[in-house]
Parts: sequence; C-alpha cells; structure tokens
Amino acid sequence: MNPLQLVKRIMLYVLAVSLLLFTFYPFMYMVGTSLKSMDEFFNNPYAIVPDTFTFEHYFAVVDMGLAGYFLNSLIITVSAVSLTVVIASLASYPLSRLSFRFNRPLFLLFVAGMMLPIHATLIPIFVLTQEMGIYDTLLALLGPYVAFSLPISIFILTQFMQEIPKELEEAAQIDGANHWTIFRKVIFPNVTPALSTIVIYNFVFLWTEFIFALILLTTRSKMTLPLGLQNFYGELMINVPGLMAAITLASLPILLLFIIAQERVVKGLTGGALKG
Amino acid sequence: MKTAVQPETSPPLTQRKAKNGRTIFFFVLPALLVYSVFILYPIFSTFYYSLHEWNGVQPQRTFIGLDNYVTLLKDATFWQALQNNSLLVLVSVFVQIPLGLIMALVLFSPVIGKRLLNVIYFLPYLMSTVAIGLLWIFMYDPINGPINQLLQVFGFDAIPWLADANVAMIAILIVVIWQFSPFYMILFKAAMVGIPNELYEAASIDGANGRQQFFYITLPALVPTIVSSSVLAVVGSLKAFDIFYIMTGGGPGGATEILGTYMYKQGFIQFSMGYASTVAAAMFIIAFICVAIIQFVEYQRKKRGILS
Repeated sequence: MNPLQLVKRIMLYVLAVSLLLFTFYPFMYMVGTSLKSMDEFFNNPYAIVPDTFTFEHYFAVVDMGLAGYFLNSLIITVSAVSLTVVIASLASYPLSRLSFRFNRPLFLLFVAGMMLPIHATLIPIFVLTQEMGIYDTLLALLGPYVAFSLPISIFILTQFMQEIPKELEEAAQIDGANHWTIFRKVIFPNVTPALSTIVIYNFVFLWTEFIFALILLTTRSKMTLPLGLQNFYGELMINVPGLMAAITLASLPILLLFIIAQERVVKGLTGGALKG
Repeated sequence: MKTAVQPETSPPLTQRKAKNGRTIFFFVLPALLVYSVFILYPIFSTFYYSLHEWNGVQPQRTFIGLDNYVTLLKDATFWQALQNNSLLVLVSVFVQIPLGLIMALVLFSPVIGKRLLNVIYFLPYLMSTVAIGLLWIFMYDPINGPINQLLQVFGFDAIPWLADANVAMIAILIVVIWQFSPFYMILFKAAMVGIPNELYEAASIDGANGRQQFFYITLPALVPTIVSSSVLAVVGSLKAFDIFYIMTGGGPGGATEILGTYMYKQGFIQFSMGYASTVAAAMFIIAFICVAIIQFVEYQRKKRGILS
C-alpha cells in the first residue's frame, strides 16, 4: 500500500468512526443510564458502562403503567394495520388492473394524501370524534390511523399489482372466475411481498404516532406508548435512569423487528420513496 | 400498464360495463369512505372553520370572512414559524441528504465491520420521535448531560442548549439530522446497488481515479434519488411537530416555533380553533404550492430529457 492509499484508508476510518460515535453514542447513553442506580447516575452521569448493573428501573416503569401503554399501542397498531391491509388491497385491485373512467383521478386523490400535513385535519377530526361519542377511546384513533395509512399502502400495492402477468388473470376468467374470485385467488396471493412491506411501514408509523393520540386521548389508562412516555417525562424528571429505561423498553419492539428482519424493514420503510 | 379485462367470451359490452362498475364500486368503497370521512371532509372543514371565530368548546361559531387570514398575514409568530420551517427544509436538503450520501459511501467502501456499521447507522431512524426528544433533552442537560460535560473537558463553558433562544433551534436541528440522515442513507444505498459495476471497471481501465469515478458515474446515477429525497425533505419538514413539541414546545420565546406547534397551541391550548384552522389551512396551501412547484420542475426536467 503506497502512502497516499494509506492516508486515504485512515481518513475513511476516521470518517466511519466519527459517524459511528455520532449515531451510536446517544443509544449507549440511553441503555447505559437505564442500568445505573440513582446514586451512580448523580456521581458519574456520563460513564457509558455502569459500575454495578441494576434492572430496578425497568421493573419500576412497568409498575408505573408502561405495560398498559404498551398493550394499548399494540391493540390500536395491530387493528389499524390489519384494516389498512384489507381496505388498501381491495381498492388497489380496480385501480391497478381495471380501466374505468375515474381510475386515474381516484388513484391520484388517494396518493396525494402522502403530501398532506396532518395538521390540516386535526381540529375537524377532534370535533368529529366527539360528535361520534368515541372521543378519548382507542377507537377514536382507528379512523385517522387507517386513513393516513392508505395513501402509501395503495401506492405500493398498485405498483406491485400492475406487475402481475395478465395471463394469470385471463386463465382464471376463462374458468369463469369473477372479479372477487380473481382478487382472492390470483391478485392477493401474488402481492405478499408488498403486503409485508406495507405492514412494516404502517406498523412503525403507527407505533410511534404522537399527534392524533395527543389530541384524541386524555385518560391515562387509554393512552398509547408515545403519549405514555410524555407522562413519564413529567413524573421522572429527576429519575433520569427510570426515564431512560422507559424509552428503551418503548423502542425495543421496533429495534428487535429490525434486527430480526433487517432487509424487509428497510424495504418497508423506504416503501414507495424510491419509485416516487 | 393498466389492463382492461376483455376476454373473447365476455358478455355484451353494456352489460359488462354495468357489472364492472358495480364491482369497482364495492372494491373501492371502503377505502373511499375512510379517506373521505377522515381526510377529505376534515380538509374542507378546516377551510370552513378558518372563516370563523370559534373557541371549539361552545357550539356557536361566528362567521368573520377572511379576518383570520388578515390577522395571520400580520402575525409575527406565524412568519417566525414559517421561517423556522424553511430552515428545517434547508437543513434537510443541505445537511441530512449529503450526510446520508456520505454514510452510504462509507458503507460502500472497503471498511471492516460493514454489516455492524450498517445496523448502527440506521438505528436512530427506528425510534419514536417522542423517545428521541426525551433522550436528547437529557443529552443536552446543562448539568448532567454528556454534551456539556464534553464541552467542559475541552475547556468550553456549558451551554444551556434548549433554554437559550440563540442556540435552541440549532440544538433541535442536530437531533433532526441525527434522526433522519439514516433514512437518506438507505435511499442512497439502494440506488447505489443499482449502478452497474461494469461502468466502474471500464472507468478504471481508462485510468479514472476514485474522485473522477464519483463525479462522472456515481453522482449522475444518484440524481433521481437526490431529487426524490429533496421532495421528501420539503414535504416532511412541513409536517414536523413531535420533536419540537417535546423538546421545547416552541420556546424559548418562540425561537423554535414551527407551523405545527403554533397551530396546536392556538387550537388546543388557547382554544382559538377558528384561528388555528387558519394556520392549518395555510399549512395545507403551502404544502400544495411546494408540491406543485416540485412537480412542475420535475416535468420540465423530464421534458428536456436530461439527468433522468
């Protein structure tokens, strides 16, 4: 290796390690602090590895209601994602494979939702859920969550559905299949990769959703995780290790999902961004 | 692209069309219903409410025409917020996107431990913004926070990051960069995988060095990704809310106010829902204009047939 190459190689590693410290240090601080006793945190707040590990804060925040927030987030996320998958696949079928007069405008109408600032819908949805009598229930989140998951889901699904060979459909038609049968037997089974993409994308989006939860929920026992974390901040202002334990636990499901299924998660999160 | 279903054995045209129409209707209906009730209707309502004075608690609204819009145009906080949103756009385009590109380039160069780096670089993007906000509040803590500890090790004074109006915006922007650069990194990585290796081989044979290869092969191939990243950055910056709400709530003294936090405060803290609707309507209009400009530029670019 000549000197110039060596210098280049060193610069590359300096860059790689600087980026590593920038991205990873806050995580190490979070997990490290969550495992410290209060005494140790105050005596030595910035050491990454604690002298003595303690899991007391993890048990404490679970007792403080984290499990409830967790369950609420799980219920609303799973219901909204399942509903989105069904509704978006149904709509994507005619939008991608049948020609009718309003095909293109309808598709654009749905997809335009991706560009929309959520704020433009907040007050009317706040009023609407009160009129419907579902304000301050998990059910209040379901409508907005599904509605705001639809644009990207329809966008991704229609692109996948367009690529299914025509012959498959024609063969089914000759056998006398109607649209509903074609959808169920031909289209739906052929877009499973796209389905997992939209499941992951919407799961991450809804698991971390904050503003709708903030304006539609007030009772503590009904809150989702992001809102629950905000409560913990008020209560644990001084107990930093406790707060860090809560944040770590709340982030765990998505971090685990990523570590288990890295490639799918990346595909899911980039979603339609690349083609769009 | 779109395939009309017209096999030889199908029933007469009119009958088929009617049947198709009904089928299409039932397939699209659920999505259209949800979308209409929770997106379309609310947007129209927002514009309707924006013409009223209304506290959101009592049912009666007073129609005041465009008064709220006149107030908005004279509202210094609104302009401050818009300016902060614009700053967010600039930082996204000129810091996050380049940083994401650098991260992707590092992961494409011969470094040891690439797989691990790949995972670690990407982690910030996976956390909820609320969790990120809370984590960084303590990173910035004036007394026990590691950032100020580090400053003091190097002989600098501690900075009250989030309480100082002059630095609070910078402090939050650093967090936003931390959170979103990995997203652009994966967009670039995906695009770089698609560049044919033969191009680099041919360039090497012709004696092109690394820098020339970057500027003549890699960068031109990434232009579409840079364009779509910029679109996402503009649209995403208008939607921003969580991180500002959690970390500073728009303070100190409006230094980190953005349109999202301002609209929320007007509506749900001050209970001037009419005026908040006007701010929301302005956000919608601004987003609409941005998207229209981007589409137009995109169209021109494609028409000239360069760099596409």
